[in-house]
Amino acid sequence: MAHSITSKVFVVRDNIDTDQIIPAQYLALVPTIAEEYEKLGSYALIGLPDDQYPEKFVPEGGMKTPYQIVIAGRNFGCGSSREHAPIALGAAGVEAVVAESFARIFFRNCVATGELYPFDSGLRLCDIVKTGDEATLDFDHDTLTVNGNTYQLKPLGDVRPVIDAGGLFNYARKSGMIAAK
Amino acid sequence: MTLTEKILARASGKTHVRPGDNVWVNVDVLMTHDVCGPGTIGVFKREFGANAKIWDRKKVVIIPDHYIFTADAMSNRNVDILRDFANEQGIEYFYDVIDDPKGHWRFDAAKGNGQRQHGSHYSGVCHSSLALKGHNRPGEILFGTDSHTCQSGAFNQFATGIGNTDAGFILGTGKLLIKVPETMRFFFEGALPKGLMAKDVILHLIGEIGFDGATYRAMQFEGPGVASLTMDDRMTITNMAIEAGGKNGIFPCDQTTLDYVNARTAENGTKNTFTPADIDADQSFIYDKTFDISALEPTVACHPDPGQRKLAKEMGHVALDRAYIGSCTGGKTSDFLAFAEIVRGKTVKIDTFGVPSTTRVLEELKATQWDGKSVWNILADAGVRLTENPGCAACLGGPVDTFGRMNAPLKCISATNRNFPGRMGHKESQVFLASPYTVAASALTGKITDPREFI
Repeated sequence: MAHSITSKVFVVRDNIDTDQIIPAQYLALVPTIAEEYEKLGSYALIGLPDDQYPEKFVPEGGMKTPYQIVIAGRNFGCGSSREHAPIALGAAGVEAVVAESFARIFFRNCVATGELYPFDSGLRLCDIVKTGDEATLDFDHDTLTVNGNTYQLKPLGDVRPVIDAGGLFNYARKSGMIAAK
Repeated sequence: MTLTEKILARASGKTHVRPGDNVWVNVDVLMTHDVCGPGTIGVFKREFGANAKIWDRKKVVIIPDHYIFTADAMSNRNVDILRDFANEQGIEYFYDVIDDPKGHWRFDAAKGNGQRQHGSHYSGVCHSSLALKGHNRPGEILFGTDSHTCQSGAFNQFATGIGNTDAGFILGTGKLLIKVPETMRFFFEGALPKGLMAKDVILHLIGEIGFDGATYRAMQFEGPGVASLTMDDRMTITNMAIEAGGKNGIFPCDQTTLDYVNARTAENGTKNTFTPADIDADQSFIYDKTFDISALEPTVACHPDPGQRKLAKEMGHVALDRAYIGSCTGGKTSDFLAFAEIVRGKTVKIDTFGVPSTTRVLEELKATQWDGKSVWNILADAGVRLTENPGCAACLGGPVDTFGRMNAPLKCISATNRNFPGRMGHKESQVFLASPYTVAASALTGKITDPREFI
């Protein structure tokens, strides 16, 4: 993991549920099949209402997003347990979601897959930052710097090493919980 | 300890656990379906090897139910992936769409999606099927790759939804590391009055605490009001714990629970030994509130989230395009009977779709006669469009040819469980959640309607 990333941010509001992250019609794609994993990324956040989100997260016809950081409001990832949700974001190229709060299963799936870092900001950055603003996420200090302001994020604590290792299995092998491959 | 803490302590071999503890629990049942099963199997094989064996072939239950009656080739393929895995591993509880264990599932679009296309092993919606087929047992631990897995808490089981990676880990090890949640207690007094259903109770509670009011927490339902609730009622309530963000929902075990579980395990020959968790004197809660369920009124959760609580009687200005009854939450036999009570001898005013949750519900609706006419025909004669193919159908949208899916920006009143934007199809469509009574009354008038006008 790089110590910091700098990227344009994509900003969403409260209650972005898993249907908006990856609509149900795309769930027949199986994430462990490489080409279907890539395809899931191309549909990331395609369920957002067009009138509220005129900018496309993944450009039409593209496979990756130009936004490596997503800024969100309250309860990001609520709804279904589909692991397709963090996977779609990860496959599109997202490194971190910084949200005021997360829904539980989505947060857990981020950790288990190691697809992305779900940082809890505890504050409503989605009211302060606009899509397209450039931000730097510092993984050593758990801070987000954007438009000249630096915000302290809540440290990920126990789950950080799991994501650093690349997810549950890598972590479990590293720490001897399950046998090495 | 609370019910959830007691079950987690027992499953992790400890005498005591506290909220916030991380514990390794031994899993009693892992359930997966056609949408998350193939990915779970993929994780299992990637991590444990192509020839690996699952930890216990009697503890894995595979229930295709989500995208079954669709011409979408990838969805049909996913059912075949489940069958191959069930054969390879010798999984005993696989409720296949077709009867031929060597066959391939192909939906026949020419036949349409109203007419029966499944074989005799098929059951329908996973959570309803777990109960029906004798996989819900008090005091046990059940994980499922579906957020509404919390429904099984109706049976005094610790049950919660997980992703493919966690499920793949369980397939190989039979264990999962989880955090003990804090418990919120909802203490029920009174009994439901005429015209009210369990759905009104849970919509009221979600409105009370908000759509994320139970995030990371267990929702424990207790009190003298529980005794009058049937297992169907309790399932409706625990099913929607996730709609308040809850980790799990749980009821105590009483004679109603035992009668249901003993009948289902005997009928299916599934494991029939279990130790319920009972209520301790020294429970501590992060939230504790008493609700008089006899004072509730028909309740609706308005677009765009399950916490948008309103009373049905205040919402008559909302004109509807469609009504829908079905899913784990609202597609049980008791739900359809309530619906039929209202529409019997009348005609629905808007497009109305009915999807039984399981093949058993379908059989019961055809077998139940009211004045010499089956409930199935009573519904059909009232103008309800019914399918003989039980499953999740349009509750979660699904592929575009799914029965009842909203493919245009319509407004729908639904007996299902979730109403975030786009949930039932078109991303500009709107869903209003309500009880089967309220959905039926609204189907007759074409606007949101308090069902007590019809009772």
